[in-house]
Amino acid sequence: MAAPDPIVPQTGSKQPGAAPPPATPGRSNEASSPMREAWGQFLKNRPAVFGLALLAVIVGLVLYGHFIFDADPYDIVWMPLTPPGEEEGIWLGTDFLGRDMFTGLMKGGAPTLAVGLSAALITVVIGITMGSLAGFFGGWLDDLLMRLTEFFQVLPALLFAMVLVTLFSPSLWTIAFAIGIVSWPQTARLTRAEFLRIRELEYVTAARSIGAGNGRIIWRVILPNALPPLIVSATLTIGVAILFEAGLSFLGLGDPNTMSWGLMIGQNRNYLLDAWWPVTLPGLAIFLTVFAVSLVGDGLNDAFNPKLRSR
Amino acid sequence: MNDAPLMSVRGLTVDFPLGRGGLFGKPQMLRAVRGVDFDLAPGRTLGLVGESGSGKTTTAMAAIRLAPASGGQVMFDGADLMALTPGQMRQHRRHLQVIFQDPYSSLNPRDRVGAIVREPLDLMDVGDPAGRAVRVEELFTLVGLRRDQMALFPHQFSGGQRQRISIARALATNPRLIVCDEPVSALDVAIQAQILNLLRRLQGEFGLSYLFISHDLGVVQFICDDIAVMYLGEIVEMADRPTLFSRPRHPYTAVLLEAAPSLARRKSQGYRRQGIVKGDPPSPLNLPPGCAFASRCPQAQDRCRAEKPALRDTGAGKVACHFPL
Repeated sequence: MAAPDPIVPQTGSKQPGAAPPPATPGRSNEASSPMREAWGQFLKNRPAVFGLALLAVIVGLVLYGHFIFDADPYDIVWMPLTPPGEEEGIWLGTDFLGRDMFTGLMKGGAPTLAVGLSAALITVVIGITMGSLAGFFGGWLDDLLMRLTEFFQVLPALLFAMVLVTLFSPSLWTIAFAIGIVSWPQTARLTRAEFLRIRELEYVTAARSIGAGNGRIIWRVILPNALPPLIVSATLTIGVAILFEAGLSFLGLGDPNTMSWGLMIGQNRNYLLDAWWPVTLPGLAIFLTVFAVSLVGDGLNDAFNPKLRSR
Repeated sequence: MNDAPLMSVRGLTVDFPLGRGGLFGKPQMLRAVRGVDFDLAPGRTLGLVGESGSGKTTTAMAAIRLAPASGGQVMFDGADLMALTPGQMRQHRRHLQVIFQDPYSSLNPRDRVGAIVREPLDLMDVGDPAGRAVRVEELFTLVGLRRDQMALFPHQFSGGQRQRISIARALATNPRLIVCDEPVSALDVAIQAQILNLLRRLQGEFGLSYLFISHDLGVVQFICDDIAVMYLGEIVEMADRPTLFSRPRHPYTAVLLEAAPSLARRKSQGYRRQGIVKGDPPSPLNLPPGCAFASRCPQAQDRCRAEKPALRDTGAGKVACHFPL
């Protein structure tokens, strides 16, 4: 019986292992992280860039608008329900108490955005903690955390949030917390799915083989690689949270002491048949903000998705 | 194999849980590795050969505790690795490194390759920070990469270059044993040769021992000093390279060597294959009582189906067969 031929050719006369491999054409020598490449991809996406620009304008107006037009949104400036453009200096009309709509919109944006952001932050923190522990350790911990997640998932979100806000005082923080509590299960499941996928990859075994412990593997190895879909989900959660806050305010559960877009809608809804502007204008502001956030979220999703890279 | 072995594996067993039949059913276990024994001498390369599912990767990963073993003893550096606490095991890891099969998934895509090679030094607290930076540069040169590539990310390299990075990472802590899990099977043949030559050169330079897993006999013949052939989670034959390739004793080894494609043994040259193996191996969940290979063996007799052959010494090697060739 003949032995099989060695399939390995002895290529190269002089120590082929020592020769540096020739530079591959098309590969630049400039370091380019996956995040930076995703950013480049994002910039090619016109709707997403438009969304980002729109968001920048809204955030800029909301945060810095009072340097230009500073006024108290609770001041009664004219007759109630003055239509837009009827009076000099009251461009967007007044609400049912005669307060200036324009000032309200300027001042009401910051709390709205703050609630959206902090609710998204709470969602992400709870969701990532639960999901990463469940996905990484598996076993009984996974079972336990996933049953808990399902419990929160089947709760009627709006009702549960209403109960929470009613039980505690309807402050901005309670509202943000309530929204966070009802929206984390989705993030938890997404995180768990990513952890289940990534923990089987060889670079995780490689990390273990060089002596990395569980904590380092979770935080330094798996989480950074699980981030892209989580960033997308968190961005979209901001939009959902803003709408949620508006919904709660519309139902009369907003913080009555803080001017927010949702509160403006909620307080003026009884006069909708007589005056469209006190409800429509803050509604439009919310729509534009959520629209911009969604465009950015979609853009991030496309940027992180390697299957769309070649487009 | 005259020296005291660097690593000595006895009765290594690995079970995979298969979940239970129903909520209160008995948990089922699949025995993937069934009592494997082998010794690895310092400075030598032991090849683990076998078809897919024969348990070669599982055996190696369990031996260095990257996969959970359910039984057995692994003596390394005077300690039984199986009996160490996780903390003690971590200290031993600097002597036991791994080169993985898939260069596209074995490097963390979010880290710069310089950081990847440096990480074992940081985790094992080798030297001082400045010394580590020097060491990383050294390693890059050693495996044939340029220093200016240290800031790049893994996706900016080709498969062969990534495997070099993997090798540099494995070498960082000056290990004594490197498990090579099919390190070239994902590469082009020309690149395979480069990587194998590199591995051989490094072995000569640093006196490394390799536990080399492969299903490619050409690669095994090139790099391995001793070879263990695995079938369904057991070693069926073990011998040094010249013996195994010139005179295989187990029918499965013979069939494996025959099955390798060869230009010298062409049909047009009048060559006819002697033993042809049909079918698949039996299910590891339901093993026959006798020899696991009996159902496919061209030489099988009644005794093979009834009595399980033990791994016996043949003088030149070991074989588990009632009727060795």
